[in-house]
Amino acid sequence: MNTYKERAGLIEQAAKACNTTVYKEKEVPNKDLTPRTTSLTKSSKVMSLEDAIRHTGLKDGMTISFHHHFRGGDKVVNLVVDKLAQMGYKNLHLAASSLIDVHEPLIEHIKNGVISKISTSGLRGELGRQVSLGLMKEPVIFRSHGNRGAAIASGELHIDVAFIGASSSDPMGNACGYSRYPTAKSICGSLGYALPDAQHADHVVILTDDLVPYPNNPKSISELNVEAVVEVESVGDASKISSGAIRDTKNPRDILLAQTAAKVVENSGYFEDGFSIQTGSGGASLAVVKFIRQSMIDRNIKASFALGGITAHMVKMHEEGLIERLIDVQSFDKVAAESLMNDRKHKEASSIEYAAYNEPSAATRMLDIVILSALEVDVNFNVNVLVGSDGIIRGAIGGHPDTAADSALSIIVCPLLRGRIPCVVNEVTTLITPGSGVDVVVTEYGIAVNPRRPEIAERLTKAGLNVVDIHDLAARAQKIIGDAAPLPFGDKVVGVVLNRDGSVLDVIKNIVEPTN
Amino acid sequence: MNQLTTSSAGTLESGDIMVQISPSTEAGLHIDLNSTVAYQFGEQIKKVVSETLTEMGVTTADVKVIDKGALDCTIRARVTAAAVRATGKDVWKD
Repeated sequence: MNTYKERAGLIEQAAKACNTTVYKEKEVPNKDLTPRTTSLTKSSKVMSLEDAIRHTGLKDGMTISFHHHFRGGDKVVNLVVDKLAQMGYKNLHLAASSLIDVHEPLIEHIKNGVISKISTSGLRGELGRQVSLGLMKEPVIFRSHGNRGAAIASGELHIDVAFIGASSSDPMGNACGYSRYPTAKSICGSLGYALPDAQHADHVVILTDDLVPYPNNPKSISELNVEAVVEVESVGDASKISSGAIRDTKNPRDILLAQTAAKVVENSGYFEDGFSIQTGSGGASLAVVKFIRQSMIDRNIKASFALGGITAHMVKMHEEGLIERLIDVQSFDKVAAESLMNDRKHKEASSIEYAAYNEPSAATRMLDIVILSALEVDVNFNVNVLVGSDGIIRGAIGGHPDTAADSALSIIVCPLLRGRIPCVVNEVTTLITPGSGVDVVVTEYGIAVNPRRPEIAERLTKAGLNVVDIHDLAARAQKIIGDAAPLPFGDKVVGVVLNRDGSVLDVIKNIVEPTN
Repeated sequence: MNQLTTSSAGTLESGDIMVQISPSTEAGLHIDLNSTVAYQFGEQIKKVVSETLTEMGVTTADVKVIDKGALDCTIRARVTAAAVRATGKDVWKD
């Protein structure tokens, strides 16, 4: 005979061997008998922001993180930091994927000691100005998007609590940057910069303005990583994503620059069927795809993928069949965000998959051509995209150094002058992208090619384009603007710029405003 | 050359400069400069403004200047236009 009872001895032996206990049937089974239709909308994870913060065990001095997918429309950073201030937190390290004009209220929180350290890709507006004038005791740490992902994964940038704004989440924390429900309030598309935080932070809080019933599939962030879900009035305003650095340009000079850059692309030797392309922020660089579209049709060339920074223009070309697939770490406008939601060939990528230097399959390594903007380029092809020519921090590193270094061909598009500010200079104010990764500089006064790429110079010259020496461009700018007085830098280091591999590339000194 | 009417020229567009000239009770040129490139070019801008006004015979005035990164040639043109309007003396006609 072989009954359950007779096997009891063997079961006990097996339990011992497996280092566990023997199953015991409970007297009262704890089976939940309520119809699930009523429990799909509830979970113990749903709580108020204040409870969520307490639940994570956040302490003074810890690191909190945010993404900037809503760019100028972001509402999460200010909401959460206001709450942390109210709750009496001090000395927090704010590690955002980037900070923009809308985050100006942080100035007060820095002054009152709630935030004592910042890591970010960039600073803009009054916050950037105040930091440049010496607002903070500790220097701000600037990382590229690829480096931030790599640093979070390696633990070099350890995040205690990630606060992630999401356009939909179910009560368990399955969340994404759009909502498929009629209750949708916001949309930001890709959550690429928040995915490393979701995976590696000790605690993850989702803030959402559309709490939808379980299961919110398909999702970007898994419930497995989420501890708390907070319903808020609004996480962001999608209409303000495409503003500032990523607006669509109507400036005739930007359009001229974009047309010239398109000719560089077409004659570079990389404009072949199956090529891949990315455009960075900045009006002229974003506009380039508009102008290569016609050549792609005429020459029957299709791109295998576009990477980015996906825009409405790229979505349109994808829908026309000119771009096979879209890899999206950040949706640059509402059209791109909606396409990410609806199109299976438009895929979200984390910043690690996008551009981590130590990730062999990073998308940037598969990239033929990247078109980028610059605040300044110098005669050694070094680029600055972070600090203005007045010494004030007013930009962001973004994926600039990642894409320049990894792509087969990087093209910088910038005017010779912006007002009286020269964009081609003898030495950049701050080193952000080393010249070793920069191949071509397009200005309205000619195209400069890095001497490391003589074959590119030859192809462009052959195509009848105006190839010039970058020293001549710098000299021409200098002649037009006259002699500039030196910037009033002080002795305090207000920013540290990390290279994409984590080494220190440069430091930013404070500016001492002359008193009148 | 002592009757000045408050007059202005220029715009607040990037690369332009707005110049306003008004009568002053104190002798001399009083230039109030607000510039996006003040650190590097503040002194140069003041120099071009005062040179241009002096050449036109304006030596006593309050001058309010809002600069958005204008080049020297633009600064001279705007200051001249403002001075022509303020003095009624048309340098282009004469």
